[in-house]
Amino acid sequence: MTQVSADDVRHLAQLSSLQLSDKEIGSLRDDIVNILNYIEMLAELDTENVTPTYQVTDLENVWRNDEVENNSITREQLLALAPEAQENQVRVPKVL
Amino acid sequence: MTYISSLVARIKSGQVTAREVIVEALAKADEKKAYHALLSLTSERALERADDIDARIQKGEPVGALAGVPFVVKDNFLAFGAPTTAASKILEGFEAPLQATAVEKLEAEGAICIGKTNLDAFAHGGSTENSAFGPTKNAFDQMKVAGGSSGGSAVATALDIVPFALGSDTGGSIRQPASFNGVIGVKPSYGAVSRYGVVAMASSTDCIGCFAKSASDAALITDIMSGRDPRDMTTLPDFFKPTHVKPAQKIGVIKEFMTDDVDEEVRARTSEYVEKLRQAGHVIEEVSMPSVKYALAIYYIVVPAEVSSNLARYDGIRYGNRANDVKTLAELYGKTRDQGFVTENKRRIMIGSYVLSSGFFDAYYLKAQKARTLLIQAFDELFETYDALIGPVAPTPAFNLGENTDDPVKMYLADIMTVPASLAGIPAISVPGGESATGLPIGIQLMGPVRSDASLLALAESMEGNQ
Repeated sequence: MTQVSADDVRHLAQLSSLQLSDKEIGSLRDDIVNILNYIEMLAELDTENVTPTYQVTDLENVWRNDEVENNSITREQLLALAPEAQENQVRVPKVL
Repeated sequence: MTYISSLVARIKSGQVTAREVIVEALAKADEKKAYHALLSLTSERALERADDIDARIQKGEPVGALAGVPFVVKDNFLAFGAPTTAASKILEGFEAPLQATAVEKLEAEGAICIGKTNLDAFAHGGSTENSAFGPTKNAFDQMKVAGGSSGGSAVATALDIVPFALGSDTGGSIRQPASFNGVIGVKPSYGAVSRYGVVAMASSTDCIGCFAKSASDAALITDIMSGRDPRDMTTLPDFFKPTHVKPAQKIGVIKEFMTDDVDEEVRARTSEYVEKLRQAGHVIEEVSMPSVKYALAIYYIVVPAEVSSNLARYDGIRYGNRANDVKTLAELYGKTRDQGFVTENKRRIMIGSYVLSSGFFDAYYLKAQKARTLLIQAFDELFETYDALIGPVAPTPAFNLGENTDDPVKMYLADIMTVPASLAGIPAISVPGGESATGLPIGIQLMGPVRSDASLLALAESMEGNQ
């Protein structure tokens, strides 16, 4: 059985940039434990000397010419998507 | 049956105008509103495009193979004329500045997108109940789930609002709702269709495919969508040729998919389909694939890991919605993401963070990727002998709305027979295989080796007359 504490869940939430309520922490803790217990079954598989699979196409080094593509999307269009923009830049709260 | 080609022929010959076809599809969408298959309609743009096609036909100018055919796309496809929300609050109202390659290719042939369909938010789920905008109802019984995550597209096709629809399938999200709503659902080989312009979920298994009413319609659409896209480096050179198909000879029935864990009626319909294949002259044998037992565990490590990474971009900075009243950047991220994601999104992001975190990486993520290799090897071995494999799509017909929402593991188990093909990157399709005693559709799953997509659809087509 995998042990996961409420503090572990808070740490995971922090890693994931999720500000969760205490109620959410509690119910997610239970879900995470149940899911981890299910996936535990992999432990019984012998994977000694097995190469991991990270992709299935076998494509490698798909190159393209380093050319600037004509793109129809304008800076104005992209800035208009930002929740807050000012003087051609995206605005965020003070960082420092 | 080629419903799409005959519709195109009627439009091209002037028996009906593209505008009339689009007006009718939009009216049908409105009439079937109660099912909540669609999140938005692109009426204005669709009618403009229809008028353009009608004008070209009048002038005798060339129009494409899909001239005037209405379709809908899952709302995780970027498309013009309506917002792209991924059924989430964080993207509510987001107007995409570009379109998915799949949509562009269909439009280039004259197809007309009329709307965006409901899904589990960010495609996380198997019932469309995780949509931030409420669930879609099953086309055969409004008390039942549509399946998911591409539930809206399946239901829109089943209700005949459109002759075809697009969806994405990461672990069964096209095949399972196709099964629940009695339509064909195609998950092509990984890399067959460009993922460009589709909201990423798990990049190593995400596939773009279609729902249709016949195998030849599905083949027509897959043929148009597939091929290499310089904007998606994982796309394969075009191999989909509906005219160059290898007829299936030997077909294996996966024993592990026919156990008591699978609903009796689902097994019965599958056995009947298998029997018809036998009568049609195919050699049928039972095959064993012990490693499929581990597929779901592999999937629920690999996919959350990729999800946690792919969903990191939704931060409320460059696009999408941002939480109000925040003082610091950390608070902006945290609150925006807490408010913008549904619980299932958070669950998967957190599991992903967990399995990728230092100290656990080898035990979970690396272990899963090694187990994935064993699963692929098991498929490869079977495909040395068999042209196709067969089994059910889902363990049950559509379940009740609300039945599995409190138990994530139980909900995940609905994917147990669809995730193996996803992890291996092989093509798999869901074909209608009859109904349960209570009138709910049951789908049959056909799987083949990588690049056998056209042959699988030809096999499905050859069986359509025998149903």
